[in-house]
Amino acid sequence: MIPAAFEYRRAGSVEDAVAILAEAGDDAKLLAGGHSLLPLMKLRLARPSVLVDIGRIDGLRAIEERGGRLAIGALARHHDLATSALLRDRCPLLAHAAGLVGDPQVRHRGTLGGSVVHADPASDLCAVLRCLDAELVVRGPGGERRLPVADAFRGFLETALDPGEVLVEVLVPMPAAGHGWSYQKFTRRALDWAIVGVAAVVEPADGGIGRAAVGLVSMGPTPLRAAAVEDALRGAPRSAVPAAAELAADGTEPSADIHAEQDFRRHLSRVLTRRALEQALSRC
Amino acid sequence: MSILGTRVLRTEDPRFLTAGGTYVDDVPLAGALHVAFVRSVVAHARLGAIDTEEARAAPGVVAVLTAADVDIPAQAPELPMVTREMARPVLATGVVRFAGEAVAAVVAETAAQAADAAELVGVDYDPLPVVVDLEEAAAGAVLLFPEVGTNVAMRLPFPLSDDLFDGCEVVVDGRFRNQRVAPAPMEPRAAAARWEQGRLTVWSSTQQPHGTAAGLREALGLRPEEVRVIAPDVGGAFGAKDGKYPEDLVVAWLARRLERPVRWRETRSENMLGMGHGRAQLQTVRIGGARDGRILALHIDVLQDCGAYPHIGAFLPFLTRIMAAWVYAIPRVECTSRSVVTNTTSTMAYRGAGRPEATAAVERAVDLFAAEIGMDPAEVRRINLVPVGAFPYTTPTGTVYDSGDYAAALERLIEVCGYAELREEQARRRSAGDAVQMGLGLSVYVEITNGVPGGEYAGLEVRGDGRVVVRSGTSPHGQGHATAWAMLASERLGIPMDSIEVIFNDTDLVRSGVGTFGSRSLQVGGMAVDQAAVAVLDRGRRLLAELLEADPADIVVDPAGARLHVAGTPAAGRSWAELAVAAQERGDPLAVDVDFQPQGATFPFGAHLAVVDVDTETGGVVLRRLVAVDDAGRIVNPLLAEGQRHGGIAQGVAQALLEEVLYDPDGNPVTSTFADYGIISACELPSFELVPMETPTPLNELGVKGIGESGTIGAGPAVQNAVVDALSHLGIRHVDMPATPQRVWTAVREARG
Repeated sequence: MIPAAFEYRRAGSVEDAVAILAEAGDDAKLLAGGHSLLPLMKLRLARPSVLVDIGRIDGLRAIEERGGRLAIGALARHHDLATSALLRDRCPLLAHAAGLVGDPQVRHRGTLGGSVVHADPASDLCAVLRCLDAELVVRGPGGERRLPVADAFRGFLETALDPGEVLVEVLVPMPAAGHGWSYQKFTRRALDWAIVGVAAVVEPADGGIGRAAVGLVSMGPTPLRAAAVEDALRGAPRSAVPAAAELAADGTEPSADIHAEQDFRRHLSRVLTRRALEQALSRC
Repeated sequence: MSILGTRVLRTEDPRFLTAGGTYVDDVPLAGALHVAFVRSVVAHARLGAIDTEEARAAPGVVAVLTAADVDIPAQAPELPMVTREMARPVLATGVVRFAGEAVAAVVAETAAQAADAAELVGVDYDPLPVVVDLEEAAAGAVLLFPEVGTNVAMRLPFPLSDDLFDGCEVVVDGRFRNQRVAPAPMEPRAAAARWEQGRLTVWSSTQQPHGTAAGLREALGLRPEEVRVIAPDVGGAFGAKDGKYPEDLVVAWLARRLERPVRWRETRSENMLGMGHGRAQLQTVRIGGARDGRILALHIDVLQDCGAYPHIGAFLPFLTRIMAAWVYAIPRVECTSRSVVTNTTSTMAYRGAGRPEATAAVERAVDLFAAEIGMDPAEVRRINLVPVGAFPYTTPTGTVYDSGDYAAALERLIEVCGYAELREEQARRRSAGDAVQMGLGLSVYVEITNGVPGGEYAGLEVRGDGRVVVRSGTSPHGQGHATAWAMLASERLGIPMDSIEVIFNDTDLVRSGVGTFGSRSLQVGGMAVDQAAVAVLDRGRRLLAELLEADPADIVVDPAGARLHVAGTPAAGRSWAELAVAAQERGDPLAVDVDFQPQGATFPFGAHLAVVDVDTETGGVVLRRLVAVDDAGRIVNPLLAEGQRHGGIAQGVAQALLEEVLYDPDGNPVTSTFADYGIISACELPSFELVPMETPTPLNELGVKGIGESGTIGAGPAVQNAVVDALSHLGIRHVDMPATPQRVWTAVREARG
């Protein structure tokens, strides 16, 4: 498993990385934890001519509360998220889901930023960030801009970031106090990607449901929200969950592969959405 | 006190756990060139022009070879009943017959240069129709070897009797796919070779170095003294590492041709394409009997997938057939088979080789029969087991079982697992209509170990410093022979284990050997060590008797002192070191060579129970418990035996639930990484409940059988039966392996209409 030849550059700062990207052109790739990119390179499915290593840039690994939001550095490891006291307290869905990514080795190397820009529809964290209405902070030659996660995923393994941009931070709105949450990851093996995964956040209101957010893993070429389910539950009683969950696959075009046919994925999304909502409600 | 039967820690482990092992790829070999193979990207094609020009010009490249450049003859399987007409060229010649077949070899100064240059070799493929499906292959519309006129490489006919099922009140049919799986050892295949002063030395990741040496000699036309094979540490083999793959032969050939050391280690994805696969049977089963539970007749028809070139896999139905009567006293049993070639990777031996397939066929069939007559599967088994008084027992297919007590194994299992309580829990959950249902699966098995005739060599010498050197023809690759063989020698000689060195895996250091496969090592290789120790002890006693003018019959071993003395007179004795010196002075050192020949194969047996939770909404299966009664005769070291059971059970469970090598209809492999191929991990397994049982074989002095494969044989069918049992109330009678969520859900959906 030897990758094709490439040039290795180490960036000392975000500005440095942006400058190297500008110089190296479209064929350059950022290297952070490397747990998506390096396997693709070893299989020679990816062959960037330049690797820009941002893994040692200081200050991109913090997890903190800022202005009523959670600010997570792009280089925060999955393990950092899973074990962050702040996240476990204020956004347990994200901490829990991060603890289910891959295996311990992957969680100690893989980064949140890497997961986001890889934009794998099978990514646990991409769908969870969709569910949480997160926002990306990216820096490029033109300076810094913010990009809602809702607009970030353009297609299979494709984001709205320009090739010259670097993701530096992920901002997550603080979930409302008293919210319930769940992440249902359905896999064959502990270390597998989800065949289907469902993330749910429920905010209760008046004994019923105020609003619900549902993120879907592996239900299409990008991480998705189950809009029909959310619409059906806005201001609805708890008893509306089973019927609403039946809408989980509406409008989705999940792929078929060796693990699941398309109709099985659709079925799983309905079952897992119901279970996620029921568990989230039980935690309200 | 005897050391045998005690939990002696593995003497191998301190090195593995601290310094680490030395595998082929770790062997230093100054100036070695690296080989990368160009592999076919299509499953079946006529081979057009191969453009090697650009690759030859690439940095560091020393040679690029295609079939025309290499004068190694095509390799035909040397197996009884298997055609020799479907021989495999070491590099594809004229036609490629599976995706992954080596088409060219690129040799370069570094591994990276070889990998880069391999990409530059241009191959023209003129596509031919592809056959992947077994029944299509048997039908023969697409032939892999048109000159042979058939895809059938081996056929086991039987004088099929028309009246096989006469008198049966109930006859049930089943059709089971015993899917293709990959051995997937931690260490993939690797070889390194050096030609020096007219002699070839090959470091090989093999489980039979002497067999590897013979294969190299034959392929390269060398004399015995011209070839030395060394198997350094070997990171797993599972039956599929014979060190005689086309790549192995090419690497050795290159070392001689280029007069430079050459080495090769495949990648994981190459391993998934190039190493022999296992299982790959389609079984059509008919079972008949009486409503009182007696099974009267069984017919198994096996369609075996050989892959593109027949190898050991083609022969597996023979092992399925000789075990087809299984643990049951079924009066009429017949087994027929055809082994057919397809455009896929060749099949070889994989842990169990033929017996897990037989277990799955028979144990599934028994459950079908039980369901049909409405009797608990445990009860049907009770009624039909070969009774304890019947041994040695000759089956309807002519196999003679040495010893056993199948009913005792089953009863012990049922007691330990709390069968009745489990059935009650299942009934409760069924009546509650839980989404997650529970299933119990039984499998009672008997298997054949050391089934391939042959003995094993051991040499044993007591040296002047009192240390013992044991040389063994077995070829351990994880089993713990260094520990077990030292225990056996220590037991006979009274010499502590830390004074005993065991040498394996080098054809220069070990006179001869057969190797380690088929659960043979202890009963032949261990017995050889035991008999060598007996012979040395006899010499030592006679020597001491002579020195002391005593009767040899009065000389005994002092187990504490590494010495012999006159019984009742401990002072009248000599240490082993003194005896060895005395023997050397007489020109007759305390050294013996033994070629042990076993009386026959032995037949371990046991009973496994699996408890699973099956989520009827998602199709997800969780294995909750795996209880295993395994009886492999006398146990020399329970720790080693349990290690074998653990690994085997894990692989059996993996076949039942997770693992499957898949091809698309065009013959493209779609499971060539561990992301796609569901190799099992500890996370998917409970702690196994291992129940000991020992019924010695009368066929050897130690009473030992083999235990290397019992786990895959017993556990897989138990888990599969458990999955079906969890769904049986829905009318589901069978779910093929692996019981993936997709498969389980589909079965549930179809059952519920």
